[in-house]
Amino acid sequence: MTVSAKALASLGCVGLIAGCTSFYDVAIETPLTPKLDISRFQRVLIAGFVSGGSEDVDANLETARLLRSQLRRNSDLQVVDADVLPLIEIAAEQGGGPERRADTIPDEREPAEESGEAEPIEADDSMSEEDLESYETIFANIGFWRDLGEEYQDPLILTGTIYFSPHARSGMVTSQREVYDSLGRRRTVPIRTYRDRRGFVLSPKFIFIDGSTGTTLYTERHREEILYDASQNTPALSSYFELMDRLLPSVLGAFSTQSVRGTRTLLR
Amino acid sequence: MLRTTLAVLTLVIASGAAAPRAQQRGDAQAQVDFGIEVARRGLWNEAIFRWERAIDIDPTYAEAWNNLAIAFEQRGRLDEAREAYETALDLAPNNLAIEQNYDLFLEVNDRVSQSSR
Repeated sequence: MTVSAKALASLGCVGLIAGCTSFYDVAIETPLTPKLDISRFQRVLIAGFVSGGSEDVDANLETARLLRSQLRRNSDLQVVDADVLPLIEIAAEQGGGPERRADTIPDEREPAEESGEAEPIEADDSMSEEDLESYETIFANIGFWRDLGEEYQDPLILTGTIYFSPHARSGMVTSQREVYDSLGRRRTVPIRTYRDRRGFVLSPKFIFIDGSTGTTLYTERHREEILYDASQNTPALSSYFELMDRLLPSVLGAFSTQSVRGTRTLLR
Repeated sequence: MLRTTLAVLTLVIASGAAAPRAQQRGDAQAQVDFGIEVARRGLWNEAIFRWERAIDIDPTYAEAWNNLAIAFEQRGRLDEAREAYETALDLAPNNLAIEQNYDLFLEVNDRVSQSSR
């Protein structure tokens, strides 16, 4: 190859590389359309939640408070300021809750239905997610929600179930470790170690009810978990807020147009 | 000598056929460039118009499809964005930038479909 041919080839390569590297990063904001048509509502009532799991957090009260404050900031709807309903107790009074047949309960426990009254059940560690689901009959009680709606001028009612519980998981975890080679160059290598981890699981189901008819308009379910090293002692309440933070955009997305920000590469 | 003549002839014929295609790509690229300029100023509707024109001129222009997909994402037209990304990847399967854009798009799309379940 002659010198001029080499020069031409190099120029060609440079041109090719320049052509290939014509890109521009742009910020984009993808709008997510509201999941629910709430145009006919002026008010929203966060009624309360059937909650269970950890005793360290009153998931009913905390969720109602959090959603009220978020909706005051992020929604055009007027947030009704009412007492948070002890929904699990109301559900139990209405006959909801786990079935307690004599043949399915341990000997040391007396069947609650023998007395003919449903006993109020406190949210505690022994309540499983399945137990909590058995209270969901309250959401089908159209009359109850219609009466509640009438009391607050037919708002959109937000309710549901919240299961927040301690959670443990052990197993192999991959982490990155810095190592230096003989020339002093740094690189990271994946290390797999066995670790005991503890944390919390949050499993809420949000139910949107039309306060004028008592019927369910929309339901959404989530499940989030957070795990820490077993030696770490993270308060339940801060874990609860961390997990709620992850799913709040989706819940708020039911009320108004949300957007997701990101960066993409435009090409020539 | 004959071989040289044949080679020259082949080159002339090939360049004759390639010329309209190059012209086509040049026209399409002008639209793409203009689209990029306006998109960077936030004029996404104009950008969509430009990139659609680029694709009309040269439907094999993967970069134009990629840009159009991004514009659709910006406008919340997620189904159209997916189609445009997939066309771009069909045309340029080894283009890492398109692949990365598509992966990011899928994350957003998953969030949307998850939240509307």
